[in-house]
Amino acid sequence: MSEIILETRDLTYLYGKDTPFQKTAVDGVSVSIRRGEFLGVIGHTGSGKSTLIQQFNGLLRPASGQVLLDGKDIWDEPRKIRAVRFRVGMVFQYPEHQLFEETVRQDISFGPRNMELSEEEIAKRVASAAEFTGLKPELLDKSPFELSGGEKRRAAIAGVIAMDPDVLILDEPTAGLDPQGRDQLLDQIVSYHRRRHNTVILVSHSMEDIARVADRALVMNSGKAVMLDRIDRVFSRRAELESMGLRVPQITKIMSLLREKGYPVNAGVLTVDQALDDLIPLLRKRGCIR
Amino acid sequence: MHPLISDITLGQFLPGKSVLHRMDARVKIALTFLFILFIFIANNFPSLGLMVLLAAVSIGLSGVPARQYLKSLKAVVFVVLLTSVLNLFYGGGRLLLQIGFMQIRTGGVVNSVFIAVRIISLILFSSVLTFTTSPTDLTDALERIMKPLKFFHIKVHEIAMMMTIALRFVPTLLEETDKIMSAQKARGADLESGGFTQRIRALIPILIPLFVSSFRRAYELAMAMECRCYRGGEGRTKMKSLHMTRLDGAAIAFSSAVCLGVVLCAALLPSVFG
Repeated sequence: MSEIILETRDLTYLYGKDTPFQKTAVDGVSVSIRRGEFLGVIGHTGSGKSTLIQQFNGLLRPASGQVLLDGKDIWDEPRKIRAVRFRVGMVFQYPEHQLFEETVRQDISFGPRNMELSEEEIAKRVASAAEFTGLKPELLDKSPFELSGGEKRRAAIAGVIAMDPDVLILDEPTAGLDPQGRDQLLDQIVSYHRRRHNTVILVSHSMEDIARVADRALVMNSGKAVMLDRIDRVFSRRAELESMGLRVPQITKIMSLLREKGYPVNAGVLTVDQALDDLIPLLRKRGCIR
Repeated sequence: MHPLISDITLGQFLPGKSVLHRMDARVKIALTFLFILFIFIANNFPSLGLMVLLAAVSIGLSGVPARQYLKSLKAVVFVVLLTSVLNLFYGGGRLLLQIGFMQIRTGGVVNSVFIAVRIISLILFSSVLTFTTSPTDLTDALERIMKPLKFFHIKVHEIAMMMTIALRFVPTLLEETDKIMSAQKARGADLESGGFTQRIRALIPILIPLFVSSFRRAYELAMAMECRCYRGGEGRTKMKSLHMTRLDGAAIAFSSAVCLGVVLCAALLPSVFG
């Protein structure tokens, strides 16, 4: 198995093709996503990040270019595109709006049932997906419409995780959650990633979220992939990010400003702890603290 | 967007700054109805010719590309063909063609051409109206036109408000449908294959979330309206009230002249229907 699981080659997508409103949403994107990595996708609203990821599992068909899953073009056999969607799971923004079944259990089994798995296997997957997302077992037999907002979101994410995809894509999974719910959900996604060792792609416009969880970051700007690098390297290019309307985390900004003033600190600092590791020796050396 | 959705062309309004775009929507609605009436008063080619000319002038003034009008005609091509083919067999005159017991005579050919032109101009006139008038202006104007119905205790304002809200939410719901379809397809929902019952069944995962979200939106909207003290149309003023201008006067005068011409032609010249 090669190191690259998902790759795009010169991917281009147009909205409103052949109309006066034609707009290039994704413009010649060539990126490689590594097996087992946690990739953050950042971009301003309208930067094409959602359009890009919807091509990863064949929900949108590119105008030109290719999407390769394990080196194979996903559109080689258009009739088998469903098999691609089972391997590349996709959680949309506000996924709780897709719940429809009578019970949470049935809703989570919708995906696995479409995969035509055995009842036994489905039950197993529902149980483990519920556990991964921190959904209490007693909620499984309730109607999804009786759950609280946060629980609904978990149930919907569980519905995708239950398909056990090799690549899990989450589009703004924390949108509209309170800070505590956001932290919990992100922690759960990270622990799921650690235990399953699969590839996770998290789309967000919150740089803080990406900084917390991702190994690498892909930055999209007006349809183009402008950066794809280790997260600290991406964040060290503060001026470029800000020119695209992206705000780096506050601590990153402070450290980057200190560096510009000539202090010997790292450029791509992501957390307060990292910043302390840099600052304390510096202050010690100057005799400000002991 | 999913092909199933982008095929539905609702809200045909094409923004612009043409003479017709600037006209008062009430006048446009009234004139459109008048023109449709006169298409049926026209009973010979000279009078119908005047109406076609009027349609051509309106299309020219609308500043909307001819392609858009052809698109709107495409939708009724079948109706036009069917009615004109059926009309081929009715009418007297010289015998042109005999297919079994069916005869095509010159009168039938004239009839079928006449009917086809009638239907086409009818569609063109209504397209001019919908292309140049925004849905909000349309409902506003309808509300104003229907105002006399209040006398019969018909809640004109409520009807207009419902129409406005419905129109406002068409694009929103289409977008929502698109999102839900994508989300279910991502979970392996198969919407494209299978027999009839299977396809109907495949709609359940889309329709239920759509209903749920429509109700949610309705509650939210009702709440928002109440928060802004909405209490029906009584004593309510408009932010953008409709105004008649000299332009509308000119349009009415011009249209009346053409309609008068149509009446004269229809009365003085022989009818095609014999």
